[in-house]
Amino acid sequence: MVGAETASRQSASGVAARPGGSLRALFRVAVHGFLLTGATLTVFPFYWMLVTSLKSNTEVMASPPTFWPKALQWANYGSAWASAPFGRYFLNTVIVSVCQVVGVLVVASLAAYAFARMEFHGKNAVFTVFLATLMIPGEVTLIPNFVIVTKWLGWYDTYQAQVVPFLGSVFAIFLLRQFFMTIPKDLEDAAVMDGCGQLRFLWSIVVPLSRPALITVGLLNFLAAWNAFLWPLLVTRGAAMRPIQVGLSAFSTDGGTRYAELMAASTFVILPTAVIYLIAQRYFVEGITRTGLKG
Amino acid sequence: MVTLQGETAVSADAVREAVRVSGLRRRRWRQTAVAYLYLAPALVFLTLFNFFPAAFAFYISLFRWGLIQEEFVGATNYVRLLTNEDFWNSIGISVWYVILAIPAEMAFGLGIAYLLFQPIRGRGAYRTAYFLPYITSTVAAGLVWRWLYKRDGGLLNEILAMMGLPSLLWLDEPDGVFQMVAHSLGTAVPAWLGGPSLAMVAVCVMSIWHYLGFYIVIYLAGLGNISKELYEAARIDGAGEWQIFRRVTLPLLSPTSFFLLITGSIGALQAFNQIYVMTGGGPLDTTRTVLMLIFKTFYQQTRVGYGSAMAFVLTALILVLTWVNFRFVGRRVNYD
Repeated sequence: MVGAETASRQSASGVAARPGGSLRALFRVAVHGFLLTGATLTVFPFYWMLVTSLKSNTEVMASPPTFWPKALQWANYGSAWASAPFGRYFLNTVIVSVCQVVGVLVVASLAAYAFARMEFHGKNAVFTVFLATLMIPGEVTLIPNFVIVTKWLGWYDTYQAQVVPFLGSVFAIFLLRQFFMTIPKDLEDAAVMDGCGQLRFLWSIVVPLSRPALITVGLLNFLAAWNAFLWPLLVTRGAAMRPIQVGLSAFSTDGGTRYAELMAASTFVILPTAVIYLIAQRYFVEGITRTGLKG
Repeated sequence: MVTLQGETAVSADAVREAVRVSGLRRRRWRQTAVAYLYLAPALVFLTLFNFFPAAFAFYISLFRWGLIQEEFVGATNYVRLLTNEDFWNSIGISVWYVILAIPAEMAFGLGIAYLLFQPIRGRGAYRTAYFLPYITSTVAAGLVWRWLYKRDGGLLNEILAMMGLPSLLWLDEPDGVFQMVAHSLGTAVPAWLGGPSLAMVAVCVMSIWHYLGFYIVIYLAGLGNISKELYEAARIDGAGEWQIFRRVTLPLLSPTSFFLLITGSIGALQAFNQIYVMTGGGPLDTTRTVLMLIFKTFYQQTRVGYGSAMAFVLTALILVLTWVNFRFVGRRVNYD
């Protein structure tokens, strides 16, 4: 016990030759064992979803369960897709997500530019006001927004009901502002000398230089729009305007016992975000680190 | 002559200065006008969908309000809330959600982030795997877990059967977990000590799985901010790994932990999607969190005024919770 302790101490200080080397190797194995177990448990539900989605309906209910389908039933995807208007749901979600991302980026870029690069009366006050919106919890604005959007604006069951309320994103404004502030003042002076207006400077210099920040904001917003559920559940009625998440939920109550098809549907709902995440992982991770997006 | 010249020179300077200042001022005002033009869209959207609704929520809560605005009832909705057993039950369930999910997410998040921070092979792959649930939709993931938890044919019960254990009701189980444990030991506990239902615990397990990646990423960022020299210094002083973790890492991570505690608790009180999909608030309303109750009251029963009063009380509770966190936990945070 004492020997081991001194050994590890010596190896930690790096002075003596390392009799604790095998101990360290053991430690490394333990670390990998722990991380691998955790990662397996984390990924397992996705594996089970895929496996179930490719089983026949009788094999799904087989006891004991099989961990790999006897024959891959790709037809489940076709029949899941056909048993609800998923094409329409996807189209709706794509329209809403794209409009939201573009809208948020335009609105936030303009506001962030004003905060980052202009001196004006009331700047601090307005900035504080923007900060204060982060203190207003979502559940308290849910009901009044429902009244405003459906009763006053008459937007029940429309695309704009799913887009417009999210266009003022304080997170996006703050993140872009931080990035815009790093662009050197000299660049602006040079542009102004060349007779470049503010808006043109923003569009042709600041925006291209801020691509990483814009991609991060765009991706996080896309993710939020794609996965939105409660709000569209409230403001849409039928298949015509319903986004994919609400459609999937409705499908799960209608065809709740056909688990192979349900898992197939879950797979194609998750797939687009999973693919985008795997391609653009670093933007997601950086964005979430930066903003501390709500947990 | 000289003085005169001097005087005119001075006054010319003064005039020039005055012109410059007024020009600056005019430019600043023009700049202000332009700036507000740039801010206008954001201001309009934030006012219409954030600020105004926050005040409007209170206004609505003072009315009987069904499909349309009805009569003014003052504090009636609030008085009724205080004596509404469902509401207090829901608050208890939401509190259980916070107690079950947040400490577990923080502990696992820190532990895994700490291991991922070590110089080991495959860190990137591990991080990708752990973060994957966070970017998937809670609706789809909720359906997958509903399938895992399914009473007949669900994987968890199949595994219990393989081990020769009796199956559980999982998401259909309204009995409290403490009560179930006591029961299996052949005793009983009083009703108020029954604990959260097994269904609620099952919902929390799914939520921990879903949000863990977020905690890992934030903790990894926190670990990255700690200077390497501090570790070196501690090592030279002969500190063991555990001592370093306990005396250096943990205190220096306290702002990160505090941030996660606050945002996690606030986020947990807003959990909805996975509960809606997995249990719909059942069985016997044991997973009906406050937001679920608000949804049912205002949307399914069309009691908009009453639902708004609930939302307001929930907001007040969140503020109290945040204040308590700041007061009692925040004091021990080491901002260095």
